[in-house]
Amino acid sequence: MLKEGLKMSSRLHQLTKGFVKDNPTFSLVLGMCPTLATTTSAINGLEMGLATMFVLILSNMVISLLAPAVPDKVRIPVYIVVIATFVTVLQLAMQAFVPDVYETLGLFIPLIVVNCIVLGRAEAFANKNSLVDSALDGIGIGLGFTMSLTVIGIIREILGSGSVFGWKFIPGDGVLAFVMAPGAFIVLGYLMVIFNKYLAKK
Amino acid sequence: MEFLLIIISAIFVNNILLSQFLGICPFLGVSNKLSTAVGMSGAVCFVITLATVVTYLLNQYLLVPFGLTFLQTILFILVIAALVQMVEIVLKKISPSLYQALGIFLPLITTNCAVLGVAITVVTKEFSFGGEPAMFNLGEATVYAAATSIGYGLAMCLFAGLREHLALNSIPKPFKGLPIALITAGIMAMAFLGFSGIV
Repeated sequence: MLKEGLKMSSRLHQLTKGFVKDNPTFSLVLGMCPTLATTTSAINGLEMGLATMFVLILSNMVISLLAPAVPDKVRIPVYIVVIATFVTVLQLAMQAFVPDVYETLGLFIPLIVVNCIVLGRAEAFANKNSLVDSALDGIGIGLGFTMSLTVIGIIREILGSGSVFGWKFIPGDGVLAFVMAPGAFIVLGYLMVIFNKYLAKK
Repeated sequence: MEFLLIIISAIFVNNILLSQFLGICPFLGVSNKLSTAVGMSGAVCFVITLATVVTYLLNQYLLVPFGLTFLQTILFILVIAALVQMVEIVLKKISPSLYQALGIFLPLITTNCAVLGVAITVVTKEFSFGGEPAMFNLGEATVYAAATSIGYGLAMCLFAGLREHLALNSIPKPFKGLPIALITAGIMAMAFLGFSGIV
């Protein structure tokens, strides 16, 4: 009974750890390129987060199954091929069903292959845990990543164009710099300050 | 003239780090010291140019004729990984001094998204420099890759210089490390915005 309870709480922990403790953006500082590049608006950030989560969950599951059979020396190339396969699946699916989203996110969809979060989770978690735990880890970290991207996207969209998810509530043009490149660095920098000050307490 | 436009555009106007956000992880990771930043930029320059030429040729003569362009992502990342490995072996053999300088940075480059990013960009995107939008030919692709990586090196070295000075200042605790670096990079990106409109 106690063992069951422990197992449940550790599973729940897998799902929620991505929000603060193992947050990929603010705590682990991984996957900075899509974080900065695709968060020009809340919806773009959300879509990028979900796309990464898709690859993360599936690659985590396959790698947890493959890991016992793969020799240690060639594991990284094998992981990269698995990840690249799911990225290609995602690319083709997005081109077929949501071509305009694919168009907006552009280069950053194929670049999920080199996103350190995906390879990092394969190496640090999926290759030594069970299928279910790896899937939950993928969902947890993926949710954390999606949340950070959406938060950055919301802030940049409010400051840059006075709207949230396309709903305009501040009249006028907004500060264009926040939609462009400098805003990405500055917003992420200040969010990290807030994270360090209030959330990362030991 | 066209090459000049490509070079200026790739180095200043569309700087790979500060306006396209490719290769940010090493940018933040190894820019603490100017000397490591120079080493990393050198290695990146070399690998980006080489990888772009090889993947461009593979795409043109293998993937396109057989209608396999959907394999681009998988093939390119494998080629880049193999290439980095090969460069490391060759460099160790023929130029130990260069290997000493670049060696530790080479394995890191496989997962630098700038390399894959440039390789994919040159084979999928149409560019227009003063004329009709068209795909790059091999010469233009090579020049674009080389200029892009010089832009990478430029931004990286400037940033490392700034960070060396930042380390000497007293900074509020929550700002220490990455946050202040990101805010500095933001201000630098703002400066680079001034170049837009040149080309």
